[in-house]
Amino acid sequence: MNDSIDVLVNGEPRTVARGVTLLALLRSLELDPRAVVVEHNRAIVRRPMLGDVTVAAGDAIELVHFVGGG
Amino acid sequence: MTAAVDAIRDTPFVVGGHTFHSRLMVGTGKYRDNETMARAIEASGAEVVTVAVRRVDLDRSKETGILHHLDPNRFFLLANTAGCFTADDAVRYARLAREAGFNEFVKLEVIGDQETLLPDVQGLLEAARTLAKDGFKVLAYTNEDLVTALRLEDAGCAAVMPLASPIGSGLGLLNPYGVRTIKRRLGVPVVVDAGVGTASDACVTMEQGVDGILMNTALAAARDPVAMAHAMRLAVEAGRTAYLAGRMPRREVAVPSSPLEGMLD
Repeated sequence: MNDSIDVLVNGEPRTVARGVTLLALLRSLELDPRAVVVEHNRAIVRRPMLGDVTVAAGDAIELVHFVGGG
Repeated sequence: MTAAVDAIRDTPFVVGGHTFHSRLMVGTGKYRDNETMARAIEASGAEVVTVAVRRVDLDRSKETGILHHLDPNRFFLLANTAGCFTADDAVRYARLAREAGFNEFVKLEVIGDQETLLPDVQGLLEAARTLAKDGFKVLAYTNEDLVTALRLEDAGCAAVMPLASPIGSGLGLLNPYGVRTIKRRLGVPVVVDAGVGTASDACVTMEQGVDGILMNTALAAARDPVAMAHAMRLAVEAGRTAYLAGRMPRREVAVPSSPLEGMLD
């Protein structure tokens, strides 16, 4: 069984380790969990739950934050 | 402010149960650099600053976030749903923004036309109802149409934000009557959003009696954004104070200011 899976992060294909949590994914991308909001397959995952949610093959993950706007 | 102006009693500016000390709200987009933005916001005296929700840039994520340049403890962050063309998208963006954990306020935009960025009134009402029921304090960006504004108030919006003119156009207040009528008829605060180009536009807008103004491009695209921010601060204060002072009646004929008596033969 392959140890890595393909997912979509912010619309881009990425290969991540099987069984990785959202929190571990953020860490691997060097993102501070307090500075981003995570949407997993269209559902918001609150910060305290990030370490409990495991990423599966084909999942779509959106990582957003505040930028300049009017 | 001088003591004379202090004597003019103004009502507090309250939106969604939160009292704000400045009637000028500013955006954070389109500045040439973040330092200019920070200085302009400082000069504007604004407390409410708007921000947009966007994907983190995974290649340069350390720098793109606005909160590296703006202290969220000093400013009230008002997230927008700019760029959303459907009610569903706007609701999705609003929920993501709320999850950032600052407040439950959202500047709701549902855009209906790419060229003019005018609102999709139907989508706007739908999103406003959904978000208000979900506990959001909705500030709805809309056109200067009274009936839409009334429907938005009925939908549970905390404030209604009619445009002065299209976003980023700088055309100033095109329909003073429309904006004035909305202010007269609504119970919730009316904050004019978009289209103000220079200080006189801000002043005239505030003279209509509206509760506040939100602007972005007028500052960001000025030759000197910091100086323009200062001018806008003064203009908003001037316009508000003039409104409270009550202007003289307009007359079609001249009325002399000097006595008619005592003229020489």
